[in-house]
Amino acid sequence: MSSFLPEALQSILPEAIQLLYLAAAALFIIGIKRLGAPSTARAGNQLASLGMLLGVVVTLFDRNIITFEWILAGIVIGSLLGAFAAKKVQMTAMPEMVAVFNGFGGGASALVAWGEFVRVGPGFLSTDALLTSGLSILIGSITFTGSFIAFGKLKGFIRGGRIALPGQNIINLVLTVTALILVGLFTWQPENELLFWSLLFLALLIGLFTVLPIGGADMPVVISLLNSYSGLAASMAGFVLGNNLLIISGALVGAAGLILTNIMCTAMNRSLGSVLFGSFGESSGVAAAYSGDKSFQQTSADDTAIQCAYARKVVIAPGYGLAVAQAQHVLKEVAQLLENRGVEVKYGIHPVAGRMPGHMNVLLAEADVPYDQLYDMDQINPEFPTTDVVLIIGANDVVNPAAKTTPGSPVYGMPILNVDEAKRTIVFKRSMNPGYAGIDNDLFYEENNQMFFGDAKKSLQELATALKELD
Amino acid sequence: MEDLIFNLFIFVLASFVGFELITKVPPTLHTPLMSGANAISGITLIGALIIAGGSESLLAKWIGFAGIVFATINVVGGFMVTDRMLEMFKKKEDNS
Repeated sequence: MSSFLPEALQSILPEAIQLLYLAAAALFIIGIKRLGAPSTARAGNQLASLGMLLGVVVTLFDRNIITFEWILAGIVIGSLLGAFAAKKVQMTAMPEMVAVFNGFGGGASALVAWGEFVRVGPGFLSTDALLTSGLSILIGSITFTGSFIAFGKLKGFIRGGRIALPGQNIINLVLTVTALILVGLFTWQPENELLFWSLLFLALLIGLFTVLPIGGADMPVVISLLNSYSGLAASMAGFVLGNNLLIISGALVGAAGLILTNIMCTAMNRSLGSVLFGSFGESSGVAAAYSGDKSFQQTSADDTAIQCAYARKVVIAPGYGLAVAQAQHVLKEVAQLLENRGVEVKYGIHPVAGRMPGHMNVLLAEADVPYDQLYDMDQINPEFPTTDVVLIIGANDVVNPAAKTTPGSPVYGMPILNVDEAKRTIVFKRSMNPGYAGIDNDLFYEENNQMFFGDAKKSLQELATALKELD
Repeated sequence: MEDLIFNLFIFVLASFVGFELITKVPPTLHTPLMSGANAISGITLIGALIIAGGSESLLAKWIGFAGIVFATINVVGGFMVTDRMLEMFKKKEDNS
């Protein structure tokens, strides 16, 4: 497109492009900064997308670009698919959606590194471009398969629990070391096609093997980590092309993903290593599944309605079950009915409730719950002793007192919502089956706990009806 | 080699900026932040543009084309879905 410009402009074009890239990078930084506060978040996202548009348009003037048919076709197809998915996706399916987009991003970076290798020809790339191509292909491909496995697990296409070969950790370690050696060999002998294909194949396999063994409750960690990888892959692609905008943006995203990963790990009191190389259930010596010899109380919609209606303060503790049952709207209705009666209602959100960072917040926002009614774990925990009723909806491990009382339990040490300090807890649950961690929850047998069995959505609807009938 | 060192400087400094930017984000915004950042990682699109539009080899064009499709899905879908989420986030005052 550069040929359309007057000659005077053409002479300064390379510099102009770089300066506009710098502007785009600045827009990304300001955009991410604004994404960090609720009141400016939307504007921040729009600024970042403006930065992206600027980057893309400017690139079209790059002198290397001579034909536009492929570009146009690719952008049209990609935009249509992306826009369609973004419009259609349900808020309950947001973790899957993020995983898919992430997979495409990682895959694209691997393709860029590969494409540059083919475009320029193996003999003409410098050693450091070859090295970073190898790394981009490696990280990008891991992100690609890893994200799609995460998608399959979240969607239920693949069983959620641990799926692994015997000695999977050792296999993964060997594969990763081999892949790194292959990157080195590829840099040394780029003409050897076998090396390239082995690297690509191995990288795809590593993504598969790393995510397959990871269970549902660890998904928030995996999703943030894969997010970080896709940024790193983009950054590496930037090294290959010598493009600063790619390097900067990729690094920003890589850092953001790492921080979120760290927040998620802290919230579960687990190290990244233990998430990646071993899941719950394996280490559980103390824990036994429900054996049927302990007694628990059951409750009904009418009884729950009365207890809540005459309470002073009710706290709602949601979990993944809320998303599965798609019960966020009827939950909001119940909360509204209680507020109309003068009951103080708060939501207590555990950082890893759900399947991605902030999952519950998105769901409740969809149901129009104002975000200042949502309280983090640290904010809500001091309030439980003065709370009359806690409604626990589809959450299990994040309220398990074993995390505080039972050393040796797989969840021991994980910070939890201290719901057991409230006067009454009511657990909405389909049955007595243990949660993801496969361990029994002593909360269910506490004297001040009652179980409300059934699908969360149906139970909450019954509760709403019962509340209306009270008047 | 000089290029590599220079780029490494940019990479490391940008990473520090990223760390500084993200700390202390309220949990409410974790999902939009992640999906917004995710859309930004689709910046690799501009690399794909150069490969699809600037190659002689047909194979490279196809690879670039696939890269463009993948990256555009990531970029367009990512920004749109983030916007959809953020549109829903309201304070109590604007709500009643």
